[in-house]
Amino acid sequence: MSSEGAAADVPVIRVERLGKQYQLGARATHRTIREAFVDGARQAARSIGRRGARRSAERFWALRDVSFDVAHGEVVGVIGRNGSGKSTLLKILSRIVEPTAGAVELQGRVGSLLEVGTGFHPDLTGRENVFLSGAILGMRRAEIAAKFDEIVDFAEVERFVDTQVKHYSSGMYMRLAFSVAAHLEPDILIVDEVLAVGDAAFQKKCLGKMGSVARHGRTVLFVSHNMGAVVPLCSRALLLDAGRMVLEADPITVAARYQATLTAAPTDATDLESAEHFGNGKARFVSLRLVPERRDGTTREMMCPGSRLRIETRLVASAPVESANVGITIYDASGYRLLDANTAMQGRFVSLAPDDEARVDFALEDVRLKPGTYLVGLWIGRGNLEDIDGILYAATLEVEPDPHQLQHSEQFPGPYLCAFQHVVTVSAAPSTEPTPGGEPAVAAPVAAS
Amino acid sequence: MVTQSIIRPATLRIEPTRGWVPLRLGEVVAYRELLFFLVWRDLKVRYRQTVLGVAWAVLQPLLTMLVFTLFFGRLARVPSDGVPYSLFAYTALVPWTFFATGLTMSSNSLVGSANLITKVYFPRLTLPLATVLAGLVDFALAFPLLFGLMWYHGVTPTAQVVWLPLFIALAFITALGVGLWLSALNVEFRDVRHVVPFLTQLWMFATPIAYPSSLLPERWRVVYALNPMVGVVEGFRWALLGTDTRPGPMVLVSAAAALALLVGGAFFFRRMERTFADVV
Repeated sequence: MSSEGAAADVPVIRVERLGKQYQLGARATHRTIREAFVDGARQAARSIGRRGARRSAERFWALRDVSFDVAHGEVVGVIGRNGSGKSTLLKILSRIVEPTAGAVELQGRVGSLLEVGTGFHPDLTGRENVFLSGAILGMRRAEIAAKFDEIVDFAEVERFVDTQVKHYSSGMYMRLAFSVAAHLEPDILIVDEVLAVGDAAFQKKCLGKMGSVARHGRTVLFVSHNMGAVVPLCSRALLLDAGRMVLEADPITVAARYQATLTAAPTDATDLESAEHFGNGKARFVSLRLVPERRDGTTREMMCPGSRLRIETRLVASAPVESANVGITIYDASGYRLLDANTAMQGRFVSLAPDDEARVDFALEDVRLKPGTYLVGLWIGRGNLEDIDGILYAATLEVEPDPHQLQHSEQFPGPYLCAFQHVVTVSAAPSTEPTPGGEPAVAAPVAAS
Repeated sequence: MVTQSIIRPATLRIEPTRGWVPLRLGEVVAYRELLFFLVWRDLKVRYRQTVLGVAWAVLQPLLTMLVFTLFFGRLARVPSDGVPYSLFAYTALVPWTFFATGLTMSSNSLVGSANLITKVYFPRLTLPLATVLAGLVDFALAFPLLFGLMWYHGVTPTAQVVWLPLFIALAFITALGVGLWLSALNVEFRDVRHVVPFLTQLWMFATPIAYPSSLLPERWRVVYALNPMVGVVEGFRWALLGTDTRPGPMVLVSAAAALALLVGGAFFFRRMERTFADVV
């Protein structure tokens, strides 16, 4: 059916002025019926019907005015940082969410892989999950049955096909999940790069599989923030930033521009005017900026385990402040305190005259927080004597999986949050006596897990 | 290349929609294999790691029947249209259990599959539909015991039993209809999960399970039958036990109410569907 000549001039994917608007905060809370009644009454007073006009809540465009065409057999990379609209674009093209504006036209069967293990159920066996997940991804039963051996082979889990997947190691689980997805053969394949999973060898196999999918004349849309993966596979790339398409060019040009935007735009400062402060208010925190840095001190786009983190705070005094201690605290998403740092630990104190403005920066080296969401709190005061100003949760800190690290380390699921620097020693054979001063075979610092 | 396409319109156009949208039932049919796998998954998962396994499908109505027989039949001496009370109650409890389970499971079907809804496209109608269909399998397991009970009490089914599938269909339509409303509402309003246990309990009292509808004054029965489960339960008793509850206006009212629930529910579901992935 993917005949070359039939529709050579009709683009397989045509995106016209596509837009998606979200209401801020709409996702976070589920409405209760009472709220809906109140809103409904209020709204009915104005106009009837029209959902979405319910509150004067803040809205933003996750994607705006994006237009592009993809021809048959093209492999196009979509690149952008987190929050640039990549995922939204993907979700619209895969028909998971509906656009707010514009239109998309697709020719042929669409398969989208946004996450590994879609539809996997821990209580079902490997075999059962292959069929279930395959059906959810849009494969016919006969098609799955025909490819079953190939799928299991590729995942290297033959011996465990009839074991419940909850007993699988995370690596086995991921491999099987990816393998099902990789054997989907749609006309248009929409892939998120995070799909390349597992250890380095298996990742290579994954990328190889995607490359071969592309070479078989299928149209592929490949979303990534891993430049290394995109450049060799794609014939063209699009760069998204803040919901808009800023560049459409060959992958190398786009990659260069992307790299430039990363270094040029450090994280914005959080304005603390409207935050909830406590303390006597002799001084107030006015802003906070979280700047992830590489080991060499250059700014990086995202915070990853092991990055440096610079926390810049600004304070304004309204009354004299004498020898105060300024501190920061990092909490996990449920508010459990993980670590803190303050000026007193370094023997330094802050004194301010009224209207003085001070900047207190903390540089945390090698922050080994696991990927996830954390909260940053601020405090200025004097021991047990007084709280001058404090904000329990001033900003959130997102720690992302390190795209480079991922290639080499395995991620184990679980709730623990911190990692520590450690050394692994692998020696050839167990010896009865530890050799004093013996060189460890592998002595590179590795993040735990 | 083995490409057997499921989603293959000549051109698929994705655009913002608003208001009421077509049901696109053809798509649900195209995804029937997925529907089959979802039903199969529900059943597999429900009974895996249980000691009694599928016996639960029979035990639920059976135990309720024993309790009812003891309290309502023996102690309260509730009349039972001339049929042994235990049989009277079990005949009602089999379709009722199907309905109540279907309603409870389907109202949670979308929220419970949030990870699917946000990751992959398929007609969302398949989710509540699959849970109600899975309930049908439980129903088929609990049903044979009914014949056992009839044999035990020496009741032979009449020729009216041929009408039974109609009443099963009515129970199915009602369960799915309510399930569509509740599952769609549950996505945005998590109040639903608090409402459901309460709703099923009240609904049970509003259905002639522990008592016969002949207790009600004649003129109220048609209003009473607006509850489609009234038609289902009385229909079951009439078809199997030959009670004097011949399907008349009551069943027609019940059927009309059930269809209204289903059609309304399906359109409401489709209308709400566009925000499922954003909200769930």
